[in-house]
Amino acid sequence: MKSILKSRLLKKTYSEKKALWGFLYVLPWLLGFIFFFFVPLLSSLQFSFSKITANSEGITVKYIGFENYVEALTVNTSFNRVLTESIVNIVVNIPLIVIFSLFLAVLLNQKFIGRSAARAIFFLPVILASGVIMNLESTSLVQAISDASSGAKVVNSLQSFELEKMMLQAGVSEWIVNYLTGSVDRIYQIVSQSGVQILIFLAGIQTISPQLYEASKMEGATGYEAFWKITFPMVSPLILVNVIYTIVDSVSTNEITDLILDTGFSAFNFGLSSAMATIYFVAVALILLISTYLISRKVFYYD
Amino acid sequence: MRNSRLLSVESWKRWIWSFVRLVLIAGLSFLILYPILQKISTAIKDKEDLYSPIVVWVPIHYTWDNFKQAIMIMDYWETLVNTFALSISTTILTAISCALAGYGFARLKFKGSNLLFAGVILTILVPPSTILIPLYLNLKDFTLLGIVPLLTGKSANLLNTYWPFILTALTANSLKAGLYIFIFRQFFRGIPKEVEEAAYIDGAGVGRTFSRIMLPNAIPAIITVLLFSFVWQWNDSFFTTTYLSSGKVMSVQLSALPYNLNNIVSGGSSQADPFYLSMVQDTGILLAILPLIIIYFFVQRYFVEGIERTGIVG
Repeated sequence: MKSILKSRLLKKTYSEKKALWGFLYVLPWLLGFIFFFFVPLLSSLQFSFSKITANSEGITVKYIGFENYVEALTVNTSFNRVLTESIVNIVVNIPLIVIFSLFLAVLLNQKFIGRSAARAIFFLPVILASGVIMNLESTSLVQAISDASSGAKVVNSLQSFELEKMMLQAGVSEWIVNYLTGSVDRIYQIVSQSGVQILIFLAGIQTISPQLYEASKMEGATGYEAFWKITFPMVSPLILVNVIYTIVDSVSTNEITDLILDTGFSAFNFGLSSAMATIYFVAVALILLISTYLISRKVFYYD
Repeated sequence: MRNSRLLSVESWKRWIWSFVRLVLIAGLSFLILYPILQKISTAIKDKEDLYSPIVVWVPIHYTWDNFKQAIMIMDYWETLVNTFALSISTTILTAISCALAGYGFARLKFKGSNLLFAGVILTILVPPSTILIPLYLNLKDFTLLGIVPLLTGKSANLLNTYWPFILTALTANSLKAGLYIFIFRQFFRGIPKEVEEAAYIDGAGVGRTFSRIMLPNAIPAIITVLLFSFVWQWNDSFFTTTYLSSGKVMSVQLSALPYNLNNIVSGGSSQADPFYLSMVQDTGILLAILPLIIIYFFVQRYFVEGIERTGIVG
C-alpha cells in the first residue's frame, strides 16, 4: 500500500517535471511563433484595414475599414483574374499530381534493373524545382529556340494532338478530353512537383505487410485487383497527406504571390497588398478545408 | 499441357508489362533530365555554334567562356561560400530547434501543448506571402518589444544581414519549419515509451534522456530534416530575395543575373545578342544547382531511405 502510494507520488512529480521540461523544449519555437508568425499575422490583418503611409518618422497606420478589400476585388485590374487563375491551376493540378505520384510510387516499388537509379532521378525534382530556377527556365531563349528547331520538335508533335482527335471521335466529353490532354502537355510541371509525394507514397507502400499480398495471390487475385483492394486502401491516409502537401507546396509561390509582393514592394501599397494576402489566405484555407473534408470521409484506416 | 500454355501467357504478360514499364520510366527520366542535359550542352557551346544548324546537342567548338563569364558576373566563388555558410548554419539551427520542439510536443505534454501544436499546423498552412510585409517592416525596425533600443539606444535594421535567417532558424520558424516539427513529432511518437522509462529509472533526467537516448534513435528523421532544410534554404528565393536583396547569395545572384548580365555584356549602351545572354544565363543556372547535384549524388541514398523511416507515414 505504502509503496503504491509512494510510486504514485513519484509518478506525479515525474510528470510534472516532464511538463515543465516540455514547456522549456517548446519555448524557442513559441518565441519564434509569437514574434515571427503570430504578431505579423495580426498586423497583416490590421494593415489590410488601414491606409499606410511611410514618411521620415516611420510609418503611420490609419484605419479605413474595408476600402482595401473593395479596391482589391473591384478596382484592381488584375487581382480577380490572377486569383481565380492561380486557384483553378492549383485545383486542377492536385488530382493529377496525386494520381501520377501514386502510380510512379507503385512502379518504383517493383523490382527491375536500375531501380535505384530511377528512384534517384525521380527525386531529383525535389532539389531542382524551386522558384528562381523555374522562373529563369521559362524565360530561357536558347531553350525555346532549340525546342522549336530541333530535338524537341519530335516531343512537341508527339503531344496529345492525335489522342485528342481520337478521344473526341470516340465520344468522350470535351471537358474531360481537354483536361487529360492538357495534363499531358504540362507533364514536366507535374513531374517536377511530385517528387516529395512520390517519396511519401513509396514509404507508405513499403510499410504494407507482404503477407497481405501473399494471401491475395493464393486466393487468385491479379496484380490489378491487388492494387485496388490492398495497396489503394492502405495508402489512402497518405492521399490526404499528399493532397494537403500539394496544396501547401503550390500556394507558396505562384503568380498571385508575385502580385502581392509587387503591390507591396514595388507600388508600396502595403494596405492593399495585405488585403490581397488575406483574401488569398481565406481562399487557400477554403480549398484545404473542402478537400480535407471530402477525402477524409473516404479514407480507410487499418487500425 | 494446358498448364504450360497458361504459364506462357503469364510470362508474355510479364514481359509486356516490364517493357511498358521500361518505356515509361525511361521516358519520364529523360523528361526530368532534359533541362539539365540541355543546360550542360548549352554551357559548353561556343558562340559560333549557337546559330549553326548542324549543332543540336554536341557542339563543334568547345569552350569554357560561358563558365568564365557567368562565374565573373555572379561572383561565383564568394557567392558559393556565402550560400554554404548561410544554408549550413540555418540548417543546423533549424534541426536542433525543431527536434527540441518536436520532442516537446510528442512526449512532454503540458497544459495547452495541443493548442500550441495547432499553432504549428497553422504555420504550415498560412502562405508565407501573407505575413511577409509585416515581417519585413518588423525586421527593418527590429525592437523585440523594446529590448533592443534599451540596449543599443535605437532599433536595429536586420535587413541585408543574416540575422533574420539565424533568428528564425534558432526559434524553429524558418522556411517550412512547421513541417520539420511535424516530422520530428511523428518520429518521436513512434519510439516506444519503455525506452524512455528505462532511461529514467536508470537515473537520467529529461535532458539526458533526450540527448543520449532519443536523438541517436532519431537519426533517420534528423537526416531527412537536414537534407530538406539545406536544399530548400539553398533554393529559396522568396525570403532570401526580400530580406537579403543585396547579399551575395546564390538565389539572389540568380534572380539578378539577367539584369547584371545585360549591363556587363552590353556595357549599358549597345544592344547585346539576346541569345548569347540567354546562353550565359543558362550556364549561371547550371552553376547554381551544380553543388546541389553533386551533393545529391552522395546523399540520395539517405534521401530515399531516410523518409521511409521517419514515420510520417505511420
